[in-house]
Amino acid sequence: MTLDQRQQHLDSLRSALSVVVYPIQWLVDLPAASQDWFQETLSSRRTLQEENARLRTEQLILKAELQKLEALESENLRLRELLDSSFKVRERVLIAEIMAVDLDPYRHQILLNKGSSDDLYTGQPLVDANGVMGQVIQAGPFSATAMLITDPAHAVPVQVNRNGLRSIALGTGSLTSLSLPYLPNNADIETGDLLITSGLGGRFPPGYPVAEVETVIRDPGESFAQVFARPLAELNRSREVLLVWSQGQARIDSPEEETAGDEDPAAAEPSGEAAP
Amino acid sequence: MSTLVRHQGGGVILLSLLIGLILGIVPLPAGLELYRPDWALLVLLYWSLALPQRIGVGIAWLTGLFQDVLTATLLGQHALAYAVATYLIITLHQRLRLHPLWQQSLSILVLLMLAQLIIFWINGIIGRPIQSWLYWLPSVVGALLWPAVFVLLRGLRRAFRVS
Repeated sequence: MTLDQRQQHLDSLRSALSVVVYPIQWLVDLPAASQDWFQETLSSRRTLQEENARLRTEQLILKAELQKLEALESENLRLRELLDSSFKVRERVLIAEIMAVDLDPYRHQILLNKGSSDDLYTGQPLVDANGVMGQVIQAGPFSATAMLITDPAHAVPVQVNRNGLRSIALGTGSLTSLSLPYLPNNADIETGDLLITSGLGGRFPPGYPVAEVETVIRDPGESFAQVFARPLAELNRSREVLLVWSQGQARIDSPEEETAGDEDPAAAEPSGEAAP
Repeated sequence: MSTLVRHQGGGVILLSLLIGLILGIVPLPAGLELYRPDWALLVLLYWSLALPQRIGVGIAWLTGLFQDVLTATLLGQHALAYAVATYLIITLHQRLRLHPLWQQSLSILVLLMLAQLIIFWINGIIGRPIQSWLYWLPSVVGALLWPAVFVLLRGLRRAFRVS
């Protein structure tokens, strides 16, 4: 047990065992998966047409926005080249499904139906349509376990979109709240501020929305303000997630980064805070 | 163990353990999952009470290991808890068998809580303490369900002549 906690020697054993238990998990997931399948197969022509029309308009809007984005992206890259800083906007992505399997009710972890056979790696960020969901903590060959950003052991380096103020968002154990405990009382943060990933920890690519600040309590007697934010991702509702290959992957795989990656993913995260 | 001729019905035991593991991760409606008893441990406890010569600490440890992988907990924490609980029930099996079912339930409650305590303790050591009294609910639910589990598995054992 100590070995599993402190070192990574048992990872291979865990991966091997996860293959053995995969049929069990698949079996448990089967009712939910087949329900989805039936819903898709048996839905009427009209609903399909409606959905098709809706998706078509949505795609049109998104495409229009994408055109703008492409122009902005190239402009951004050009400006950054002028400033001599490297920044990659596009990342490789893959869609995985969350398996309908319950894990420990006191942890916020989910099981994905993709594993290291699809190139998943430990520490890989997970997003949905609205924001960051979490990161992969253990990748078996066919399935992977991911920790949500609201797990009490999880921390994600964020910054306020409005003014670039950096901080760390910790999970609280509640699906609807993140806490930012390291902000001084005079920090410029207000209700409604959008928090995006800062990319400082090296795990999450910068620029993804994480949460929206909900309450800011400034108690003059305390040295830090109490700030709580609501995650934007639909943590308990979405069935599909997007796995992102961030540009930091090469660094994480390199040996000198391996030592940092050895620790608990959450423990490695706050080191981002030490950076300026 | 299957080398001995008089043992039979290993498939039934295996299947019941498998169902126990499956019940442990079947999605439940939100809120109900806090009440989910440790099915795999209940099944293990029955078989080690009924057939201590067959089901021992080793099988308990293996089942726990699977439970660990299934629920993505630290590898070995369920294994240790299950092994200790099974060891205790095997040492006490002759006395426990004589008790009426409701008294057995009380002993099972203690054993389930002990198993949970070990898991709780390990969680505390690795820095993931659980700060809720609701954590102990599964043990209570498990003890309440014990008579049902006992009668069901006894029926299975007699029907398939597992020995």
